[in-house]
Amino acid sequence: MPHGPASYGNPMRIVVTAKYVPDISTERGFADGRVVRTAAEGTLNELDENAIEAALQLVEAGRASGAVGADEGEVVVVTMAGPDGDMALRKAFQLGVDRGVRVTGDELAGSDYFGTAAVLAAAVRRLGQEAPVDLVVTGMAALDGLGSVVPTLLGAELGLPTLNLAKKVELADGVLTVTREVDDTTEVLSAPLPAVLSVTDGANSPRLPGFKLIMAARTKQIEVWSPADLGLAADAAGTAGARTEVLVAAPRPPRAEPEIVTDKGEGGIALADYLIRNDLVRPAEETR
Amino acid sequence: MTHSNRTVLVLLDPATEVRPSALELLTLARDLGRVEAVTLEAPTVEVLAQLGGHGVETVHQAELSRDGECVTGDERHLPAVVAAALAAAVRLTDADVVLLPTSFAAKEAAALAARDLGAGLVIDAASVREADGRVVAGKRVFAGAWDTECAVTTDVAVVTVRANSVVARPAPAAVEPVVEGYAVELAPSPVTLVSREVKADTSGRPPLDQAAVVVAGGRGTEGDFGPVVELADALGAAVGASRDAAFEGWWDTYVGQTGVTVAPRLYIGAGISGAPHHRGGMQASQVIVAVNSDPEAPIFEICDFAVVGELAEVLPQAAAEIRRRRG
Ligand SMILES: Cc1cc2nc3c(=O)[nH]c(=O)nc-3n(C[C@H](O)[C@H](O)[C@H](O)COP(=O)(O)OP(=O)(O)OC[C@H]3O[C@@H](n4cnc5c(N)ncnc54)[C@H](O)[C@@H]3O)c2cc1C
Ligand SMILES: Nc1ncnc2c1ncn2[C@@H]1O[C@H](COP(=O)(O)O)[C@@H](O)[C@H]1O
Repeated sequence: MPHGPASYGNPMRIVVTAKYVPDISTERGFADGRVVRTAAEGTLNELDENAIEAALQLVEAGRASGAVGADEGEVVVVTMAGPDGDMALRKAFQLGVDRGVRVTGDELAGSDYFGTAAVLAAAVRRLGQEAPVDLVVTGMAALDGLGSVVPTLLGAELGLPTLNLAKKVELADGVLTVTREVDDTTEVLSAPLPAVLSVTDGANSPRLPGFKLIMAARTKQIEVWSPADLGLAADAAGTAGARTEVLVAAPRPPRAEPEIVTDKGEGGIALADYLIRNDLVRPAEETR
Repeated sequence: MTHSNRTVLVLLDPATEVRPSALELLTLARDLGRVEAVTLEAPTVEVLAQLGGHGVETVHQAELSRDGECVTGDERHLPAVVAAALAAAVRLTDADVVLLPTSFAAKEAAALAARDLGAGLVIDAASVREADGRVVAGKRVFAGAWDTECAVTTDVAVVTVRANSVVARPAPAAVEPVVEGYAVELAPSPVTLVSREVKADTSGRPPLDQAAVVVAGGRGTEGDFGPVVELADALGAAVGASRDAAFEGWWDTYVGQTGVTVAPRLYIGAGISGAPHHRGGMQASQVIVAVNSDPEAPIFEICDFAVVGELAEVLPQAAAEIRRRRG
């Protein structure tokens, strides 16, 4: 049975980074060059649920192995967000994480990828001062910007090995091994803990919130830290530290009314006709 | 900084082929300044000829070492290694801009190189231009619903560019590229590459992330991708899937926010409902066509043309008609 995470015989202390983002099924937009995030339409970045799930599974595997006490191990979720971001942390509590930290400050608004990574790294370092952090887990991307770069930058900022876009995660003797399928390549990578890990949506199926946890999440304490608490310089993040500046953000005109044909036996011909009429079919010699 | 003396580095990894996205990057780069390529291995003769045709005079080939030992093999393609090579090349050439394709691996390399160089980073740009001496990148965000532009405020800009952002065109005059080696000393790596395998594509179809035409199938195929493939082949298109279809094992690559983001000239979705996660990865396509048996399918809200019908009948008929009309 000593296989996978269970063979990590010490209680694991894991930090998960999670972002508060506009729900992708709502109208999303910008105001003054920044993404609009309101309590009505904001949510925990869905892909960070996979990160939370991966962290919980690793802690639970340690407990199940018997090598670790039933109340040992900890998952702390950190978000950089305004007060509305508490909603994301409450969702994380519902899934069973132990602690929630929100890093907040007006000076953090307008942070770019580097600023975000600097702030999250400072929060991880502070948690590390309380007790060692074994692993940092992130989602594969924030669904608002789809950057997929904060995990890489966070790892570099912390000086920790980074294993990105894991589809499969194994832990044995303090060494983390991941399988990742990126672009057209399958790679197996490994690194010793402590490390930074990002997981894809194929890594696991996030659990549903438990009833007891939903009740407890309502009143659970959220820790709020300022950039100053983390010893961050004024230009470490926010607009002051950003290396890019948004010049324009404009909604695109809606698509024209679609042409819809109901198939009564000639739907395929209508489709071919549409494509040819709109010059979307290349000449025969180019298609092979 | 004037237009003409701007140096633009384009990453070419691997250097054994020039993919369509690389030609697009070279085309964009020529509009910004002088183009040079960066590789991690020796380019082939064919590759050099193609680069020359696109105006690349110099190819910088990284010679990697760590602790006095040469670094060769698969490890060269790891993002940290690619990043070190790019950062060293920027320092060597005093380049102002680095362009990479938008793939997951290239995004990682871009982030690390930009961090090392103190450079501004733009991910998944749909356009790159210069304005008032700064690099300005355009992006389509929120599933193609918004257009944004941002200026890079640092001296060096690192930009990943999505496929199909420009139509690739050769340089007015071809040149003969010179390959110049340069030394890159790598830091010790805490990450071990256990294995690496590149999927060989023998389908003869264009790669999904770069194709000008994409035909994708979803749950509505009920596992039979035959009609999807037939139409794709009639159009010279790439084949994709929805995540549900891919997770069922019906096709291996899927379109969407967590799969491959595509913005082709033409996207055809068959038996795909158009869930927000899927739309996020294809809504920036120029023309969207849907084939779905449910007249209420959400994908109809974002399409230009649709057929309400059974895909197993509509797609083969369309394929046959295209083959017939094209002669
Ligand atoms: C975190 C997260 C990330 C995700 N990322 C992605 C992603 O990147 N890409 C992605 O695609 N999905 C993604 N998903 C899944 C997404 O939410 C949808 O579940 C998925 O896209 C649905 O796939 P589908 O359209 O094939 O299936 P369905 O939604 O079941 O739609 C099938 C469609 O086929 C039609 N149909 C049925 N029979 C026929 C027929 N004979 N002929 C014609 N039409 C027919 C039906 O009317 C229906 O509209 C993600 C989900 C999550 C939670
Ligand atoms: N503001 C933030 N607060 C907490 N975590 C974040 C934040 N931004 C990004 N992340 C983490 O980094 C991952 C990738 O984000 P990105 O690189 O922006 O696509 C997300 O899935 C989160 O885990």
